[in-house]
Amino acid sequence: MARWSRAPRDPRVRPVAAADRRNRVILTAEGLRLPLVLASRGARVGALLIDLALIGATIILTTLLLVWIANGVGLTKGPALKPGARAAMEALIVVWIIAMFLLRTAWFLWFELGPRGATPGKRLVGIRIAARPGSDGAATRLSAEAVIARNLLRDVELFMPFVFVGGALQAGSDTTLAGWAALVWFGIFALFPVFNRDSLRCGDVIAGTWVVETPRRKLATALSLGDGAQGISALTGTQYRFSDAELAIYGAYELQTLERVLRDNRPAALAEVAEAICRKIGWSSGRGDERAFLDAYYTQLRARLETELRFGKRKADKYDAVAFDPRFRLSVAELAVYGDTQVTVLDRLLRDNDGDAIARAAGAIRAKLGRGDWAGDDHGLLTAVLAQLRARSE
Amino acid sequence: MSATVRNSLTGWFSRKQSADIAAAEQAALRSDRFRLEREADWRRLDSIVARIEAGRIGAISDDDLAALPVLYRTLVSSLAVARDTTLDAATLGWLEALAQRAWFAVHGPEAGFRGWFAQFFSGGWSAAVRALGVEIVIALAVMVAGTVIGWLLVAGNPDWYFAMMPAHDGDVRVPGASRAVLYGSLFGQSGQTGLSIFAAYLFSNNAQVSILCYALGFVFGIPPLLLLVQNTAMLGALLWLYHGQGLTIELIGWLAVHGTTELFAILLAGACGIHIGRAMAFPGNRATLVAAAEAGRRTATVMIGVVLMLIVAGLLEGFARQLIDATAPRLAVGLGILGFWLVYFFAYRPRKAAR
Repeated sequence: MARWSRAPRDPRVRPVAAADRRNRVILTAEGLRLPLVLASRGARVGALLIDLALIGATIILTTLLLVWIANGVGLTKGPALKPGARAAMEALIVVWIIAMFLLRTAWFLWFELGPRGATPGKRLVGIRIAARPGSDGAATRLSAEAVIARNLLRDVELFMPFVFVGGALQAGSDTTLAGWAALVWFGIFALFPVFNRDSLRCGDVIAGTWVVETPRRKLATALSLGDGAQGISALTGTQYRFSDAELAIYGAYELQTLERVLRDNRPAALAEVAEAICRKIGWSSGRGDERAFLDAYYTQLRARLETELRFGKRKADKYDAVAFDPRFRLSVAELAVYGDTQVTVLDRLLRDNDGDAIARAAGAIRAKLGRGDWAGDDHGLLTAVLAQLRARSE
Repeated sequence: MSATVRNSLTGWFSRKQSADIAAAEQAALRSDRFRLEREADWRRLDSIVARIEAGRIGAISDDDLAALPVLYRTLVSSLAVARDTTLDAATLGWLEALAQRAWFAVHGPEAGFRGWFAQFFSGGWSAAVRALGVEIVIALAVMVAGTVIGWLLVAGNPDWYFAMMPAHDGDVRVPGASRAVLYGSLFGQSGQTGLSIFAAYLFSNNAQVSILCYALGFVFGIPPLLLLVQNTAMLGALLWLYHGQGLTIELIGWLAVHGTTELFAILLAGACGIHIGRAMAFPGNRATLVAAAEAGRRTATVMIGVVLMLIVAGLLEGFARQLIDATAPRLAVGLGILGFWLVYFFAYRPRKAAR
């Protein structure tokens, strides 16, 4: 199941997932901020290997085809070739040499100039090439010159080592040395993408391109539109209705986790999440009715969060939700009791996440403000107080 | 505004979509109503983009093609609104993905392979070569210097000859060879067979060298300079060898047939490499990456031209040189082709190709 419950954390420090490091935003001419995800290095290696395999297969097929043609017209049989047959044989060899050259250089060029901006390997992996934006983030158009430049460099990065070894074999000199030189050469170019932020290879640097993921998805139906969204229990036929307080505890993050769980529709995960919500809001859901319960909760939570969104209140997750929690609303006079020192202390307490220390601090706050009714949920109390102190100082 | 475009804008109220409107009125959430009202337009854009991606431009009706810009702008504004109002991750994710795909479709590679090629021959190539003015002069100076160095080194000590010319078994072109032997290496080979194979092999080999010459430019332009010197030093050594037997003009004729084209191509490849190196070493006010990318795109056009020139050189070397067996016609062919290149690059300036 997705991370429904996480370790408490400071709401300001968002953990950076590996995928986030690959997120980029370009600004189109229409003023749209378009998010892109850079292709992972693994995906690019995979795409390259698929392409090389396809090129290899094409080379073998072309060669076999030409040999078959030569055999078919009897060019290779007989002790002495007639002049006409020899000319035809020559022509076939020329076709072969040109085909090999074209396959090596034009394969990538031809496909990347197409409307998909991707070779067959890249398409299978789900990535494409795109123009890097200017230094101000403005999106630029992928030009034919850029595609050509990045693929001319590929020739040197990828095929040059073979030339080293081949040259040494031809000249009859030391192939071990040439092998090492080829390895070092290849290593330099293969490691180049590891040492820059956008995982550019040399060809990308020269051409001003990068490789991004191509999203491919179907538009799923909205969960809030189905019959289940009405909140009618499958067991009793009654309608689930949640109060504002019961909906106030979660933010957008939890809503989207819930959406994912509902779309996956795995009974075990549904039961687990339903139980977690019930525990939190003090309900008990009937066994076997989790789907209806969660559908209703999802729709009503989304309705509430979207209404708040329209009024400019964006609750990112349950920690934000706590900060906005009306239960822990402090008056201006109550906030005036605390200063910057308390902000620092609360911040450290929540980061360290030591249960005893948090309980002691919550107790102290309750005593100081005379709010004995704030019992329970020490962590929520501290988070709310910290968020409001910070909001005041800003 | 055409009737088509107006239809696409007011399409929500057509009879076909009345069911959608009914559904939208039923929907409880405002964001769902928003989606249901616009979904038909989004899906239409999706199907157009899918056909563009598949390269089936012909399968797109004129109506759809005319509506594409409007649909795209509708989507852009839908997405901007949705980001601020909806928390339906599936819808939002799909809209983001569609916006990205549509952007690539609308702003994809400008012309495709064929359109680019036509533009390339009608002025694009020449303009790109002219843009390299300074680097061409530098590369030419380096090549002349390389030739002189090669000559002087071998004249000082003939052992240098073997260091510069890669040894081939049975190569008669060595210091101390008689005039008759050297003469024989230049003339009287028109009966040879396998010329076309030789030509194709030469082209493939030379293309490799020139691409290397270009691609190494990003190490601040030094490798291209070295490659130019190394290649022309061989030429200097060869000139010295034939000069010793009074065959200078015969050798120049033998080389000129394909050499004017091939050396010109290598000159351009070197100039491209120097251009990239110069842009990276002295980017000026631009970031180094930006400068490198600009230089790379400018020189890529020239490099495609270089590969084409090498094909021509390979054909000339494989066929014309062996078939033309006298110095004067060889010189005429070589210089004629050189003249053609010079006119094509520097005098041919069609106005519409100015990009």
